[in-house]
Amino acid sequence: MSIAITPELVRKHGLTEDEYARIEQILGRAPNYTELGVFSVMWSEHCSYKNTRLQLKKFPTTGPNVLVKAGEENAGVIDVGDGWAIAFKMESHNHPSAVEPFNGAATGVGGIIRDIFTMGARPVFLLDSLRFGRIEGGAAAARNRALLRGVVSGISHYGNCVGVPTIGGEVYFDEAYEGNPLVNVLCLGVLRHDQIARGAASGVGNPVYYVGSETGRDGLAGAAFASRDLTEASKEDRPAVQVGDPFKEKLLLEACLELLASGAVAGIQDMGAAGLTCSTCETASRGGTGVEIDLALVPKREPGMTAYETLLSESQERMLIIVKQGHEEAVTRVFEKWDLPYACIGRVTDDGQMRVREHGEIVVEIPAAKLADDAPVYEREERAIPAEPVLDLASIPAVDPEEALRLLLADPTIASKNWIYRQYDHTVRAGTVVPPGSDAAVFYVREADKFLAATSDCNGLYCRLDPREGAKIAVAEACRNLVCSGAAPLALTDNLNFGNPYRPENFWQLREAVDGLAEACREFGVPVTGGNVSLYNENPAGTIDPTPTVGVVGIIDNPAWITQQRFRHAGDAVLALGDLGFELGGSQYLKVVHGRKAGCPPRLDYKRERALHRVVRDAIRAGLLQSAHDCSEGGLAVALAECGFGDEVRLGATLRLDGTGLRADQLLFNEDQSRVVVSTRPEEASRVLRLAEQAGVPARKLGQVGGPTLVVHADGKAYRWDMEQAFDLWYGAIGRAMATR
Amino acid sequence: MKIAIIQFPGSNCDQDCLRAFCDGIKAPAAYVWHKEASLSGYDAVVLPGGFSYGDYLRCGAIARFSPIMKAVVTSAGDGMPVLGVCNGFQILCEAGLLPGALIRNRDLTFVCQPVYLRLENNGTPFTHLGRPGQILKMPVAHGEGAYFAEPDALTRLNEKGQVIFRYVDRNGTASAAANPNGSLENIAGICNQHRNVLGMMPHPDRAWDDLLGSSDGRLLFASLVETFAAR
Repeated sequence: MSIAITPELVRKHGLTEDEYARIEQILGRAPNYTELGVFSVMWSEHCSYKNTRLQLKKFPTTGPNVLVKAGEENAGVIDVGDGWAIAFKMESHNHPSAVEPFNGAATGVGGIIRDIFTMGARPVFLLDSLRFGRIEGGAAAARNRALLRGVVSGISHYGNCVGVPTIGGEVYFDEAYEGNPLVNVLCLGVLRHDQIARGAASGVGNPVYYVGSETGRDGLAGAAFASRDLTEASKEDRPAVQVGDPFKEKLLLEACLELLASGAVAGIQDMGAAGLTCSTCETASRGGTGVEIDLALVPKREPGMTAYETLLSESQERMLIIVKQGHEEAVTRVFEKWDLPYACIGRVTDDGQMRVREHGEIVVEIPAAKLADDAPVYEREERAIPAEPVLDLASIPAVDPEEALRLLLADPTIASKNWIYRQYDHTVRAGTVVPPGSDAAVFYVREADKFLAATSDCNGLYCRLDPREGAKIAVAEACRNLVCSGAAPLALTDNLNFGNPYRPENFWQLREAVDGLAEACREFGVPVTGGNVSLYNENPAGTIDPTPTVGVVGIIDNPAWITQQRFRHAGDAVLALGDLGFELGGSQYLKVVHGRKAGCPPRLDYKRERALHRVVRDAIRAGLLQSAHDCSEGGLAVALAECGFGDEVRLGATLRLDGTGLRADQLLFNEDQSRVVVSTRPEEASRVLRLAEQAGVPARKLGQVGGPTLVVHADGKAYRWDMEQAFDLWYGAIGRAMATR
Repeated sequence: MKIAIIQFPGSNCDQDCLRAFCDGIKAPAAYVWHKEASLSGYDAVVLPGGFSYGDYLRCGAIARFSPIMKAVVTSAGDGMPVLGVCNGFQILCEAGLLPGALIRNRDLTFVCQPVYLRLENNGTPFTHLGRPGQILKMPVAHGEGAYFAEPDALTRLNEKGQVIFRYVDRNGTASAAANPNGSLENIAGICNQHRNVLGMMPHPDRAWDDLLGSSDGRLLFASLVETFAAR
């Protein structure tokens, strides 16, 4: 096959003239058609991070507990003590999910699970961070409902079958995500220090194995365009979205962990984006070696596939394994046991080349390290978006606070997500101590005897109004959630969801958010274990709200410290730790009740935030707190209501917030940062207040838990909410919206 | 005594079941791979939850043809206690060891939530430490868990005391609201006529430690161990 390399073909591969010149320079000749395809996927934004690499370097990636740094391998590895470690990372599948929500989301789960067991870790839980357009209303919202339904059932289908519990996450609904939902999935795995597997092709002469599902023509239309007019017997267009098979994934997971345990493996790498291409050149690059494979030996789903198609296919549930010479029999034994396809397709070489043959004939020959690591790197042009003016309170008409809280509780962003998480198996592996629905999920890793807490966060509205501050708050809130659950934050993974980076305003948002994230990670002492970048999140109405999602994992050294957000006993004292705040900019109240996405979002003060964490941590460790819940979307009022929403029993409270001089809506619904609502035994309230005073954290006793009503005395009036009614609004909101036709 | 935990390729509660016995009640249990043909050396069998063969056809439909299932059917006929949880229950129905079938949930979606169960009959090797009417709490997690049987089969189950668990509310009432999946008569678990084969959709293997929100599932495992201790 010989296809002429024309400027048109180069352009269709998404490569610039400069990039093409660089390819010719690397090869010392013009690339052939297959090589052009290989470069185009490896140098795509998705694989090379060419527009964001300089930004990602800003993240702190080291720390005393970091065993494997972000970027070195598929996921960073963090020490959790006693010889045990965790590997975790978040990844997006936004575009596939927009086109085909079920399979897009399902394969997103599959991809991140493979990233984790590639490290030698057994995946133990998942979190999902999702964004959709509005789901309430008539036919206009029907597409968003279909997307939500499809994504949730895709995650459920895949994660449930593999047997990895989905224990938490967050979901926001906003018109900014109309037609471009965000599907970010975090997977965490556990392993012993000596089980860390490397994605390097080490040991010249070692055989290279292909294991897992056969390669088909699916997923070719991503970075590489459709192959229709390029094959002899051209087939109909294949969907760009791959189809996942969670059963195969489960087999692959068990087989790989079993093979790793046998000691036969020198290196292992999953085939994700850019499939066979990416896994061969990356393993060779990491190993400082070369890899030579023959495509004729690759198990295939259909005959007649070209070298181009085989190399660029993104078929799911496949791995590349470098086996130690002399241990080939272990591969046969394990993969026969699990009834999975496997084949020796090549060898590790010493010449640094990624050499691909087809029936012996060389079809690709590229220096592996240059292909994997020498992609161009760009600093894009940026243009600042002017800051929002501070809100004029007079422009916000006063409304009935009782009705406003009901509206907020029934808003899908704030409402209970039970309609979603009851479709996820969140109890498999028998370790879920705090199930979805609290500030952070808590999971007991029985084999390691470790209690882990995990949460994900990002308020896209704040980031839209101020990307730097919004990103800082995402980190702060995630850490605050963990502290409220009794955990000490360990490390963070991020998923940067932004628009087209060639638009200077979008790049400015990205750069601002990265600066904010990096700074906040340093301030809270949480290294970044890796993550993912998803750009080009656009819809006909414009760019999505910038959404730098973070997932943070913490450890709880003593199970007695595990704390939940719900009030536990009538008669307990309710305390507010932190300022009462007053600024309504960027609040859900403004958005939901007044229809405005406006104002200056809350500011984060690191010193205040860290002091608050210390007080909550010390109070929990001293056994003083019955519950702890951070104030976030919807402010103090939503936090107080949620504290009373037990699954089986609702608990009201009577609280006094008189004499503040604030308007009731300001007091109840502002989203000032660094605030937590706690409850304590009445006799212990003063000890908590003393701890706060010593740390310089403002604190006050608001009242006590009890009764069927939430009563708040403020500005000389008493506001009341029937807790059963409020609970029903909050608990059933998403289910009711989803039932509309 | 020794308990066999059958491992189908897509089992995903095998480890949970093993821990429930080994860590939960310190009883000996071991995995038996689905390609094995014998259960010799074992005194009881657990078919764990999961997606035995991916379950793309019908839950448990392929698993019943695996080599180990011949041995399970024979041993069950000889009186060996057999417990099927979730996918294990589906396999027992497909294999004809239990009557009826588990069909798609009423809401057509997977459902994962804690449920309350009422113990209807304690006359089995898995429930004899309980008392009839006792309320147990444990999670369900399934997409096809609605119990269905023809009317005469249902009548027989009731007459012969083969309904072992029903979904109830906290107060023990078998209401429609307490039924998570649309099972007929709120049926959550049944046994065979000889009472040695029990199938249930809820997961005792996820409820044997107070940390998990309930340890009521221990009743089943402890009853089984006690059965052999008494022999």
